[in-house]
Amino acid sequence: MNLKLKVWRQKNSTAQGRLVDYEARNIPEDCSFLEMLDLVNEDLLARGEEPIAFDHDCREGICGMCSLTINGVPHGPSETTTCQLYMRKFKDGQTIYIEPFRAHAFPLLRDLTVNRSAFDRIQQAGGFISAHVGAAPDGNAILVPKTEADHAMEAAACIGCGACAAACPNASAMLFVGAKVTHLGSLPQGQPERERRVLSMVQQMDKEGFGNCSNYLECEAVCPAEIPATVIGQLNRDYASALIKDSV
Amino acid sequence: MSLSLDSKIPAGPLEKKWERHKFESKLINPANRRKFEVIVVGTGLAGASAAATLGELGYKVTAFCFQDSPRRAHSIAAQGGINAAKNYQNDGDSVHRLFYDTIKGGDFRAREANVHRLAEVSVSIIDHCVALGVPFAREYGGLLDNRSFGGAQVSRTFYARGQTGQQLLLGAYSALNRQIAAGSVTMHSRTEMMDVVLVDGHAKGIVTRNLTTGEIKTWAADCVIMATGGYGNVFYLSTNAKGSNVTATYRAHRRGAAFANPCYTQIHPTCIPVAGDHQSKLTLMSESLRNDGRVWVPKNKGDARPSHQIPDAERDYFLERKYPSFGNLAPRDISSRSAKEVCDEGRGVGPGGLGVYLDFADSIKRLGEDKIRERYGNLFEMYHQITGENAYQMPMRIFPAVHYTMGGLWVDYNLMSNIPGLFVLGEANFSDHGANRLGASALMQGLADGYFVIPYTIGNYLAPEVGKRPTTDHPAFKQTEAEVRAQIQRFLSIKGKRSVESFHRELGLLMWDHCGMARSEKSLTRALNRIPALRQEFWENANVPGENESLNVSLEKAGRVADFLEFGELMCFDALKRNESCGGHFREEYQTPDGEALRNDDSYAHVAAWEYKGEGNAPVRHIEPLIYENVKLATRSYK
Amino acid sequence: MNLLLKFWRSSIGKKWLVATTGLALLGFVIAHLAGNLQMFAGAEKINAYAEFLHANQKPLWVARIGLIACFVTHIVATLTLVRLNKAARPHSYALTKSVQAKISTKTMAFSGLTVLSFVVFHLLHYTLRVTDPRFKLTSEGGLLTSTHDVYQMVIMGFQNPLISGFYVLSIGLLSLHLSHGISSVFQTFGLESKRSAKWVPAAGRLLSAAILVGYASIPLAVLLGVLK
Repeated sequence: MNLKLKVWRQKNSTAQGRLVDYEARNIPEDCSFLEMLDLVNEDLLARGEEPIAFDHDCREGICGMCSLTINGVPHGPSETTTCQLYMRKFKDGQTIYIEPFRAHAFPLLRDLTVNRSAFDRIQQAGGFISAHVGAAPDGNAILVPKTEADHAMEAAACIGCGACAAACPNASAMLFVGAKVTHLGSLPQGQPERERRVLSMVQQMDKEGFGNCSNYLECEAVCPAEIPATVIGQLNRDYASALIKDSV
Repeated sequence: MSLSLDSKIPAGPLEKKWERHKFESKLINPANRRKFEVIVVGTGLAGASAAATLGELGYKVTAFCFQDSPRRAHSIAAQGGINAAKNYQNDGDSVHRLFYDTIKGGDFRAREANVHRLAEVSVSIIDHCVALGVPFAREYGGLLDNRSFGGAQVSRTFYARGQTGQQLLLGAYSALNRQIAAGSVTMHSRTEMMDVVLVDGHAKGIVTRNLTTGEIKTWAADCVIMATGGYGNVFYLSTNAKGSNVTATYRAHRRGAAFANPCYTQIHPTCIPVAGDHQSKLTLMSESLRNDGRVWVPKNKGDARPSHQIPDAERDYFLERKYPSFGNLAPRDISSRSAKEVCDEGRGVGPGGLGVYLDFADSIKRLGEDKIRERYGNLFEMYHQITGENAYQMPMRIFPAVHYTMGGLWVDYNLMSNIPGLFVLGEANFSDHGANRLGASALMQGLADGYFVIPYTIGNYLAPEVGKRPTTDHPAFKQTEAEVRAQIQRFLSIKGKRSVESFHRELGLLMWDHCGMARSEKSLTRALNRIPALRQEFWENANVPGENESLNVSLEKAGRVADFLEFGELMCFDALKRNESCGGHFREEYQTPDGEALRNDDSYAHVAAWEYKGEGNAPVRHIEPLIYENVKLATRSYK
Repeated sequence: MNLLLKFWRSSIGKKWLVATTGLALLGFVIAHLAGNLQMFAGAEKINAYAEFLHANQKPLWVARIGLIACFVTHIVATLTLVRLNKAARPHSYALTKSVQAKISTKTMAFSGLTVLSFVVFHLLHYTLRVTDPRFKLTSEGGLLTSTHDVYQMVIMGFQNPLISGFYVLSIGLLSLHLSHGISSVFQTFGLESKRSAKWVPAAGRLLSAAILVGYASIPLAVLLGVLK
């Protein structure tokens, strides 16, 4: 198949960027979206141009490194991540807009590559359980009912790709933060630091310049890990209760 | 300086070695730990757990990864689970059994003492991960659930859906984050290690390139830990992440670190078959699928009927037939080779005949679709995404693919390479899996090394080194930095016509054809002739556009491919000189009449560690004999 | 007070303030509707109700001040959040496409601000009675026989199709605003479970529709001559 691409090219974080038109020719249907870009890059190299920079790594939908907003939707029409998007989802001759994940908190590095370390800093603020190596009791010492373990796992499945913030009209990261808060808050091990965790993570989230949830629920729709928006509710409740407990 | 391979295995009975070693290891008091700076390169399971644990102990840690966050490391892609000798299922498991299974699974090519230690600490790993909040699967009563896995007859594998690697990595990442917040670890992501700096023969620092700005920087420390993963991408197509590379370990090898057993490469039996030339990587389906799936091909050559039209009597469930006691759970190397065999016979299924069926129909009948969905839902979904087929209704097609590399930098019992001060953890070292790794053991080893081994053994090196840390003004740093800059300049000045990617593709195909699932003297010799020519073409005709001072993906790739082009040769040398078949190394000349691997314990029960002798010179093979005092070397049989 | 400030200072805290005040305003909207619907019970009933409300100035003013505080907080907090949200996405996409966002969600600011302008007019119209010279006692040159002749005033007001039209339009937007707002309150308070996520938005829309029907019935009844 042949496609018309409109790709965001920007030399570095301070340069002026723009959408550049490319033609992708003879793309096999069972080629993944990133493999299509690989082919386009081979073409560019052959013409003596610099290839399009985009983030990717595992190419199996789990590392969360790949991004791209494809035709206005983060991860495009894939049900999961961009790397798991196959060209059979597109029509021959279609025009495809390829833009970076856009958010104030995700500064652009080059072309389609953005810096998502804001997510790391939010996790550093409190997304952990303070357990010393060597001090843990037996794994079966604390029983965790299956339903709670499953609930925690559902939230823990977040791959940290940032599609939630990229899709949200407010560039809010609350699905991401909510997922971590729900994961750790659903487990008995996570209780001692529950309040402290949510307060510091939200504080960092605000500091990074992410927006706030207006319940567009676009995040939930594009999330490759299918994190439900109920984690945002959990985050809201945990936050308010922590704030109140912190004040009395 | 001659290469010394002293394994430093402690004396005493096997079960007491680790305890004794811990007691005899040098301690560093908390006040002094602050004075030591430790560099950790790579922050996957092994690196992140090591950095977090050392930070927690009070060492000043600086960690690096080339990804945009430690959470991206390829450990995240491990699906199936993590082994531990907990015996929670009361099915006869024990530390000794895990030890024995691992030694046997590794085809008797691993050190007894290392493997026993691994089995011992496996139980603590589970406890610690639970404490960190890893949401392992639970039974309704709240107890941890287990599943069985290839190469074992007990259920000792702990899992978190089909995303165990992800959850364990996120656990280690959270521990690392805690230390970053506490200030004991400084993290540099999107930063690639370009070389290791040796001062008076000791590893005392590294040179890095900031992948965003191109800044070349030197870092001094008291010791360097490398946890940079395996080299499976030498085959271009593998289940590794696109970024996975051999650069860190290979550049350490060039500086004198011995590379052990590079020919041991694991071919994973359950991957999605290749679809076309554009393909950039292979996708693994967790081996745990083999618990409930039955592997088969048509009995008759060239049977082109769709799977559901082939009656049971005309199906060959070849693993169940050949290995009745392990059946579909036969170890990886054996399962892979059996699949290759039936495909070579012309009985393969799917495009090109390069695939076998993995059929869930019986399990769905027995357990119901919901149970199967609960166990493997995400895998079935992934399979659907990639192939467009629904595996609840028709069998999956699978084919073996390169997955894990057992070889790596040689390390002693302390996990230190032959370069003093250079420690190597996780897949990057060679230590625990012998010639073949059992399923669910990679996660175990990575975390064992990081959480429970290195924190004890690092003191043995560091204790006498107090106050010996050089500064980056030392000439060795200036020299290494200049060499790194020169190499980058060399890439940029080739200005050739052919993309770096295409060199990598060609090398990969060459390696797969000549040094892949089966090797022979003939194929290896051919590869050894062709690799230098390809390398030469690379240096004359590679197209590396742009400049150093920016985010330059071609330049990153060039450095990694240049190393693969040298490393591939080393692999072939190793495969050629190991005149036997064992585990992940199958030499066509050495097989039993019914096609099983034929080991040669008299001549090859040893570790082959290679010494670098300069560009263009053949590397030198050194030997560390493997002494088995506790297990009897037997022919590995899974029949 | 300290706690309120803490809520004000964080993004999620502000959402809580918006939701809480929104809920209070919803309560007012429902109570007000219940009062208005007495129009259908006849002039005496509703005029008596008006008289009852105004008989006690103290509670009336407490309620009014409370309402005004809620109203102001609701608006100011929302506008502050909107400003932050805009800043969070300084560079917009060349091509935007929403996957599941609802029209009610996307128009919250528009519907909210329109309702605000309506409220201002509505207060001037029926509460302060400065827009229509007829809404004065006959002694002052108007047409009302008593200050509490609300019935007469409403009929006169809604007989003007322009006023009725603006009223119905505003109530329509209010209903749209509420159809998003009600389920959002559940989300902000963290009361939403996976099960309730299925019926809460529907219930919210149902209640909003009921409010629309209730309010709109009065001007329509006036225009159709059912109420006179």
